[in-house]
Amino acid sequence: MAKHIQTIVKANLSSTAKTGGCGKCQTSCQSACKTSCTVGNQVCVK
Amino acid sequence: MLNLVYFKEYSIKKNVHSYRQGDLFIAHDVNSGSLHVLDEGAYDVIKAIEKLQEMLETVNTEGICQVLRQAGKTVIVKELSEILDELEELRKESTLFSAEAEIVLPMYPEKPIVKAICLHVAHDCNLRCEYCFAGTGAFGGSRRMMDVETGKKGIDFVLESSGHRDHCEVDFFGGEPLLNFGLIKSLVEYGRKAGKAHGKTIKFTLTTNGVLLNDRIQEFLEQEEISVVLSLDGRPEVHDRMRPYADGRGSYAKVTPLIKQFAAKRPESSPYALGTYYYVRGTYTHFNLDFDRDVLHMADLGIKQISVEPVVASPKDAYAFQEGDLQKIHEAYDRLGEELLLRRAQDRDFNFFHFNIALDQGPCMIKRLSGCGAGHEYVAISPEGDLYPCHQFVGQEAYKLGSLYDETSYQLKDTVVKSFRSAHVYSKPLCRECWARFACSGGCHAANVAFTQSLTDVYTLGCELQKKRLEVAFYIKIKEIQQDLI
Ligand code: SF4
Ligand code: SF4
Repeated sequence: MAKHIQTIVKANLSSTAKTGGCGKCQTSCQSACKTSCTVGNQVCVK
Repeated sequence: MLNLVYFKEYSIKKNVHSYRQGDLFIAHDVNSGSLHVLDEGAYDVIKAIEKLQEMLETVNTEGICQVLRQAGKTVIVKELSEILDELEELRKESTLFSAEAEIVLPMYPEKPIVKAICLHVAHDCNLRCEYCFAGTGAFGGSRRMMDVETGKKGIDFVLESSGHRDHCEVDFFGGEPLLNFGLIKSLVEYGRKAGKAHGKTIKFTLTTNGVLLNDRIQEFLEQEEISVVLSLDGRPEVHDRMRPYADGRGSYAKVTPLIKQFAAKRPESSPYALGTYYYVRGTYTHFNLDFDRDVLHMADLGIKQISVEPVVASPKDAYAFQEGDLQKIHEAYDRLGEELLLRRAQDRDFNFFHFNIALDQGPCMIKRLSGCGAGHEYVAISPEGDLYPCHQFVGQEAYKLGSLYDETSYQLKDTVVKSFRSAHVYSKPLCRECWARFACSGGCHAANVAFTQSLTDVYTLGCELQKKRLEVAFYIKIKEIQQDLI
């Protein structure tokens, strides 16, 4: 058990540069007047 | 022991964001998307390495000790070596100091695949919101309604331009779209049929100020499973100051009961805007830097899905943010984060859109690099049938992509398409070096253009706010996971 660091989320985002890009997820507009949705607020639908 | 030679090439500033939020020290590994909680000692060590890099000094143990001592810290050798060991473990498993993501640029087919459109069904509005980028609904042109022919052509356009995508999105927008409710009804009916004929499903959304949201319209939206974005700015005085009728009266008293009523119909609405959802969105300005109170006001009204966003304004507007506001805005996000956690613990939960972050189930890198897809995957259509990269560009001649009434209506203007496609994270100098790059996707093109006149230079105040929201979002995520572990 690590003493100084606790890992909360293990992710592997950079690998999706090769596997992703299916384009099925919805569009995301981050402006205030609309959905205010940055990609950070989205989920992958695959 | 941490391989310090590694840091000859590897930039911490760009690839690991470590910061303090509430009572936590947090490290976010940008390329893997992982999150860690540190103790103060580990945090200090990471910061010391970052500092050495900043000063262009060699990263070695002596250097680290020196920086720590200069900051008034006592260095305990045993502890330092434990920390360096743990950091090396994480580096080896690629959850901290993980290698920079290989630069894979989004690849697009020659002909754009447009999967979403924004139909400006009414360039007119029953309100006169101060900050309206649409010039109170008319977008610099005359007040005008879209006709059925144009609307249908718009739907045909997205069905035919969406290639093999079997889901298309159609957003009814304005002005105030409900001023043209008759058209919306016809187009939903038409869209369902035309979609079927193409083997596709259309997902409809509507963005409205709520003034006309009567029972009949609410019922229609329910029946047709249309997702709805409703505008409310928060406390009555805040809302009324910015969102009056043409005669100056505020609209809070009118819209609030209707919005509450509608929100209550969708208790299961997704916090990630999936399925048929609603959420209530507002805009904060220089006049309500304590906008956390507006969010809580809405939560107290029973609204569960809330988004409140910073206004994008020209510096000469009275409501534009001013020098010195940033600190107050940061504090408001901090307070909001704490209050959200508190309410969740008491089962008085609500969602603040920007604090929702699906870390391990988030979108792929490709999506993160390109963001909204304006100008090639997403297109806005004016009442006249003109095509623009997105709703915020409507009326800006230089960005016009074509017209539904051109012979070649399905051929979008190549130069504009190319300029939007190439405005991804890696083409923006500031974004390339920014730790928030994969969550932010390089900001909003419209805001960037408004402030810098360029698609590849960014609106830096927006960056500050974006980064702050992410910091709080990570913090909340961690607190929740820790809570679950107990
Ligand atoms: S450019 Fe900005 S306003 Fe337009 S779709 Fe993209 S994020 Fe939204
Ligand atoms: S727009 Fe700003 S916050 Fe977003 S990635 Fe670029 S530099 Fe970072």
